[in-house]
Amino acid sequence: MRVQARRVWGLHLGVLVGLGVLQFLLPPYHHGVVTRILLFGTYAVAYNLLLGYTGLLSLGHALYFAAGLYGAGLPVYYLGLDAVGAFFVGMLGSMAVAALLGIPALRTAGLAFSIVTLLFGQTGYLLTLYFNRITWADQGLTLPVQVPPPLRYNLALLLFGSALLGTLWLVRSPFGRVLMGLREHEERTHLLGYDPFLYRWTAHLLSGALSGAAGAAYALLFAYVGNAFASVLYSVYPLLWVLVGGAGTTLGPLLGVALVTYTVEAASGLLNAYLVVVGIALVLLIRAFPQGILGSLRDRRWRWLP
Amino acid sequence: MSAQLLTRREMLRTVGALVGASAFRLLAPYAYAGTAGQPPLRVGLQAHRTGIGAVYGKWYERTARAAVRTLNARGGIGGRPVQLVVEDDGTDPKRGIEVVEKLALQHRVDFIFGTLFSNVVVASAPRAAELKIPYLVVSEGYHVPSGRLNRWTFQPGITDVRSQVTAVAPWIVRNLGRRIAMIFPDYAFGYDHRDFFTAAARRLGAEIVALVPIPPTETSFTKYFPRIPRNVEVVYHVMVGPAVLTFVREMGEYFGRRRPQFFGFIDSLEGVDLASPGLEFLEGTYFWEALPRYAGQYDTPWERAFREAVGVDANGASKTDPRDVSTYSHMFGVWETLFVIKEIVERSGYRNRNLRDYRAFIETLEATERFEEGLGHPQGPKRFVGQIHQAFGQQFISRVEGRKLRVVHRTRIEDSLYPPEADYRRQSL
Repeated sequence: MRVQARRVWGLHLGVLVGLGVLQFLLPPYHHGVVTRILLFGTYAVAYNLLLGYTGLLSLGHALYFAAGLYGAGLPVYYLGLDAVGAFFVGMLGSMAVAALLGIPALRTAGLAFSIVTLLFGQTGYLLTLYFNRITWADQGLTLPVQVPPPLRYNLALLLFGSALLGTLWLVRSPFGRVLMGLREHEERTHLLGYDPFLYRWTAHLLSGALSGAAGAAYALLFAYVGNAFASVLYSVYPLLWVLVGGAGTTLGPLLGVALVTYTVEAASGLLNAYLVVVGIALVLLIRAFPQGILGSLRDRRWRWLP
Repeated sequence: MSAQLLTRREMLRTVGALVGASAFRLLAPYAYAGTAGQPPLRVGLQAHRTGIGAVYGKWYERTARAAVRTLNARGGIGGRPVQLVVEDDGTDPKRGIEVVEKLALQHRVDFIFGTLFSNVVVASAPRAAELKIPYLVVSEGYHVPSGRLNRWTFQPGITDVRSQVTAVAPWIVRNLGRRIAMIFPDYAFGYDHRDFFTAAARRLGAEIVALVPIPPTETSFTKYFPRIPRNVEVVYHVMVGPAVLTFVREMGEYFGRRRPQFFGFIDSLEGVDLASPGLEFLEGTYFWEALPRYAGQYDTPWERAFREAVGVDANGASKTDPRDVSTYSHMFGVWETLFVIKEIVERSGYRNRNLRDYRAFIETLEATERFEEGLGHPQGPKRFVGQIHQAFGQQFISRVEGRKLRVVHRTRIEDSLYPPEADYRRQSL
């Protein structure tokens, strides 16, 4: 057991060290691409907490990403708040939204949960339109912040590293075991004395806060706030990333984001209809690895993967 | 079958062809007048090949290619051949940022230009400034002249919405009526219309009786029209995106014969054939155009040369496919922007991607006050206000007659001016 724990932590720390070294090897353009992969990787980790470990399929997670984005961006733009303060405003704001919306949303389960979250997500998007005199809707706002690329990379890495190690610790903790118990067999877990609602609500809250942190970091590091990030597309992306990488695996989300990003990158260089190529590639991938890449690898070879 | 040997005549012909071909290959580099041996100047087009801006994007790209061909045939820029690099941004702000990085860092272009949709522009502009590369947009939005962007972002090839509505508002109020309802897309492009037309019309004593924003994802519009009071005198409409044809048709069905006057921005019908079924009701209504779509309405040698070079017929459609209607009132901006790059590169002595040369380019452009009408500026002369990085030009008002647009009024540059609210020149480079 202890050998396995060492192997697991070693793998995760190794990945983070690798990402740290990578920044010195990457050409400038890819340096920027990987910075974004780390930010959206954080968002995917947050999503995976809900989908992969708790078994809840949300279709409105863009709401939390956008809550962080606007929560951090608007105070910087209108009130001149400093970036560090803004980051926490964004994250806590998103956490508050998740805490509140979790109450009605988690009274449902399964498909109903997906639909309710989809509606919440769309409501968030429409609010950015409704308050267009503040948000500037689709056009969005340019923030008066500038972060040099090396710092940007390392801040993104710091955020991603905390998210990754945090989830790793969480899913190995008794709390995480209960979440997985709920995912596998709700009634049995309930019978053992665990309150399903409370555990799910907490997981939802953490996932919302972490999504918001990713959104806040995106706004501050790339100096832009706009409602494209509140659209349904950004609720579907994390689902795609997590399914490709492997739902219920800690490293799957990052792998998924990286793979999807670079498939788009490669295909767009080849032809105009690149999204068709991306779509076909992803369908083939899911056929070959029904549990996502890391999920399938865990089933077939490395049973110790968390 | 017998193996047939080459006859002497065939042999001579083959050898002659080979010699001719190799001579052509030797001479080919000299086909560009005076650009032989010079390193190319690379310009990057941030194109909307896919997404909501795809119709515009297709024509922006065709126009860019035509302008580059024309420039290269006439000696390139500063004696250097021009090379065009195109990257699709999917009309998406996140991808837009990536495209700016890719063009600047991977393709190592000298300038980035040609972006239309304001969400992509506003998201990309900070990255262009950070990477210290001039970013010349063709977007119409008020974001450039408002001072909300930065010193590296310019809009020298197309006028902005605020100047367009400032120029046409007096004509509308005087000729069409004073009780006006506005229908506009519920996104930033629509807000520029809402805010600046409302202000301009009220100054002229007109009354805005209804504001009807329409969400960007809407596909059916009938439910919005009842919000317009029946006693309205003018309906002012502007829409963009894939559903514009449905919008115009449903507007016709709703208002029927007893209708108010209509004034539209041609954006509602860019890329759409005015003779399309269902658009009959537009007969007798008015449109703003930046450059008249139908040939002969602004008849200058430069406009004819531009139309010919891009491959547009007399009805504003592609010469190879009459159903493929262009975005004629916008795409000239791409052409003009490339000629602005040419003029400023040559006047500033820009050579390489370094801060000193870029400074010379930016300061020369900021000091420029006029672009003369000519091959590089077929839409007409431009006044350039360096402090807000924005060009001002003439506008056209056209009436639909016999399913075509006939120009009834042309505004002067002075009609479109407004006091600048910013000064980019104070920002450091």
